[in-house]
Amino acid sequence: MAEETVPDKIKRISGNIYDEIIKEEKPEVSMPLRSLSNVTYDDKIGYFELDNKFKSRTLTASTVKTFAQTLKMMALSKVLVETDDIATKRETYYVSKNWGEARFHEQVESDTVMDDVEAMFMVNREQLGFIPEEKGGDIAGKLVVIDIDSETGKELRIDCTKFGSGAYSIPITVEHLKFETNAKFILAIETAGMFQRLVKHTYWKQANCILISMGGVPTRACRRFIRRLADDKKLPVYVFTDGDPYGFLNIYRTLKVGSGNAAHINKYFCVPQATFFGITPQDIIDYKLPTHPLKEIDIKRIKDGIKNDPFVKHYKLWEKALIEMTKMKKRAEQQALAQHGLNFVMSNYLPDKLKNNKTWLP
Amino acid sequence: MQQKLTPDSNDDKKPIALELAKKQREISIAEFFEKNRHLLGFDNKKKALLTTVKEAVDNSLDACEEASMLPEIIVEIIDMGNERFRIVIEDNGPGIVKQQIPKIFAKLLYGSKFHRLKQSRGQQGIGISASVMYGQLTTGRPAKITSRIGPSYPAYEIDLKLDTTTNQPLVISEKEIDWHKEHGTRVEIDLEGQYLKGSQSVDEYLKQTAIINPHVTLIYQPPQGSQIMFVRATEEMPKQPKEIMPHPYGVELGRLMKMLEHTEYRTLQSFLTNEFSRVGAGTAKEICENSAVLPSTPPDKISREMAEKIMEGIKKTKIMNPPTDCISPIGKDLIEKGLKKEINAEFYASCTRPPVVYSGNPFIIEAAIAYGGNLPEDKPIEILRFANRVPLLYQQGACAVTKSIATTNWRSYGLKQSQGSVPIGGCVLQIHMASVWVPFTSEAKEAIAHYPEIIKEIKLALQEVGRELGKYLNKKKRLSHELNKVDYISKYLTHVSDALQEILKLDPAEKTRLEEHLRVVLEKTRSVKKEDLEDLKRDYGPKLKREDSDVDDYDFDEEKKGSEDDEESSEEEL
Repeated sequence: MAEETVPDKIKRISGNIYDEIIKEEKPEVSMPLRSLSNVTYDDKIGYFELDNKFKSRTLTASTVKTFAQTLKMMALSKVLVETDDIATKRETYYVSKNWGEARFHEQVESDTVMDDVEAMFMVNREQLGFIPEEKGGDIAGKLVVIDIDSETGKELRIDCTKFGSGAYSIPITVEHLKFETNAKFILAIETAGMFQRLVKHTYWKQANCILISMGGVPTRACRRFIRRLADDKKLPVYVFTDGDPYGFLNIYRTLKVGSGNAAHINKYFCVPQATFFGITPQDIIDYKLPTHPLKEIDIKRIKDGIKNDPFVKHYKLWEKALIEMTKMKKRAEQQALAQHGLNFVMSNYLPDKLKNNKTWLP
Repeated sequence: MQQKLTPDSNDDKKPIALELAKKQREISIAEFFEKNRHLLGFDNKKKALLTTVKEAVDNSLDACEEASMLPEIIVEIIDMGNERFRIVIEDNGPGIVKQQIPKIFAKLLYGSKFHRLKQSRGQQGIGISASVMYGQLTTGRPAKITSRIGPSYPAYEIDLKLDTTTNQPLVISEKEIDWHKEHGTRVEIDLEGQYLKGSQSVDEYLKQTAIINPHVTLIYQPPQGSQIMFVRATEEMPKQPKEIMPHPYGVELGRLMKMLEHTEYRTLQSFLTNEFSRVGAGTAKEICENSAVLPSTPPDKISREMAEKIMEGIKKTKIMNPPTDCISPIGKDLIEKGLKKEINAEFYASCTRPPVVYSGNPFIIEAAIAYGGNLPEDKPIEILRFANRVPLLYQQGACAVTKSIATTNWRSYGLKQSQGSVPIGGCVLQIHMASVWVPFTSEAKEAIAHYPEIIKEIKLALQEVGRELGKYLNKKKRLSHELNKVDYISKYLTHVSDALQEILKLDPAEKTRLEEHLRVVLEKTRSVKKEDLEDLKRDYGPKLKREDSDVDDYDFDEEKKGSEDDEESSEEEL
């Protein structure tokens, strides 16, 4: 049986709402609860899997605005899909300016409604015709990406060793890409600064690897790219972030197992083969790294993680590391390695790490 | 260094007291007045003007009421230049018999009110004659009194002065005249004064008098500008208060001694039973026992020491509270009517407390409140204080009323208030104390003394009207919330139908039908029923300020709950 298309789904749900209103009953839409409390983690599956907690939005005097906005968003999506068009999140926010009183005042509001609709239909927002603004991330190293020339329709071979001091940008959609590589591993890096250093000194050549700059929390495109590449070429993924709760829980955990916020798509956007390279709390001690005190928000994030994050609960090593960090009350940035010389990271840190998997975190 | 105290060298001189005796003489009443004018309300020219109007109007009102005549009083202030004013007060009261006129208007401490215990405006009978004397001292001119006691009697016009050494009236001239009034009294006094507007002015006094005496019509011609009419709001006369005997608990030593001196009863026992309220034979005997004074002692044989013992004895004896039916309150409805008449607001409440007793004197507290409308919202509330239907314009800070207001928690009734001060908000608060004897902090009768019983009663009255105000404000708040919600629904309803039309390709008829049903669905979810809302709208609608009709994100509880689940501090998803 053919799967129901997005426009059909939109029509079906709207039709139900219409019928209920005509019967003078309160219409209701429901969507999975988008929260860490509604996911479970099993390392055999490898990602945060959605539980079956739902939240419903009933049409009442107080929810009428959000309800109207949700329906408007659905109508917009239907048009986009039917006309094979796309709208960025920012564009969508501007489209809403035509909605009179129901318009959004800030993009966060429209993003939240978009996320709601996405979850309601259990699809990826690209399937609704909505795309993000941000580009996916930067690549340098031993990789040839095979794309399609949008003018000629012919294959386009992009050699990621040929960008000099620059880099290849991951496109917003990555499903059609193919890969060729003989690299040994993928190194995913939090900061553009560290990525620049490694590119400048062609670390990818020295270590025979692919370097990816995530620039903070990786975008969905970046996560999907890494996932497809790693699956396709059976490559291990090493993640190199700052030694702080943001690096551990927001960047690494989201990359590896997904998030609670968009759990219905984690299946496609997780990278279960990722391993945490550093900076670990133990590294801070071992390498005598210069540190900063933990901020209140960091401590809150750690406590929150230990208490609520199914990923942390699953891995005792992570729990231990987080507790250790709370005791130290300190965090360290990737660039802190420069304390021992600008190229210490390439000459010592990364080679040490590669040699000794005991210093990694799952 | 110490200085030795040496005996006076002139011991052979006459005692100094003999020297001093030469200077000692009877001081004239005028001299006394000159030195103590502040006690009687003539501190300055502005206040002198007010006091004179006040004394004359108070007398007129008392006279009309005693004669059960609806008062209609004309007040006229004529600016004669050079800080001189002529004050004219004319009433439609019972009039005064000719022989009494000189004593009433030109002899200090003469009157019917000083010797009795009865709720009335004046208490000492000092007022109007003091005004006559003040006028005489400042302008040299006599007061002119016109009075007629009935249609078949002539009207007399008498010019009066007061002999300031003997405190005796001097009739300057006296004649029969034609007068348009069938009965009534007209007083004309020339005096030095100052006419100003504001919170302690004649204008304010008359306005407040009109508020607290809803049965009175006042016609006022100020020195400048046009005539002001305060028209009565009711034809109902206040109930005449009864005269009562003093209660033993309220009597002070001096008064007791004076009563003993003047009594016609021959034994202490009969003196006590006949000249006091709530003292029967048994109680009188008990007082005598507790005082260790024989009941058969003749009152004129009782010394100061014995009187003091009797005071002690009274304290030790348990005596029933005085009767309270001697008090005539204005009444819950009329006090509110009076306030409504002169203060334009959106909400009024009032209460009359049951009678209670302080120091043997029965009293009743009444309160009324006006809120909103055009009253200034950011200023301390306006306090109107009254004692026996007389406005108190001075010494607000020293008054028991002000203290009671400041120590009541108005925040729970919806007004702003900082700890221990008068609340802020568009409010007029009116407090009336009716009693056979209102205790003032001074002779000028401007602030009620701080008796705990009185403060307690005032606070109870304030709480009563405060609760009504709180209820009103709550209801108003809820209504404006509901109205906003209706706005909110209407605002977004069409967007729901628009979106459904777009998705489902509805035709215009289908869309209209959808909107009708949708409105029904949404109105069902409101907390207030539609009919109730209509009622509320009718009662409060015009009073609501719909400033915040541009609601975008109305603070609805349900919505809040719903969005909590979405929030996750540590989550970020791009």
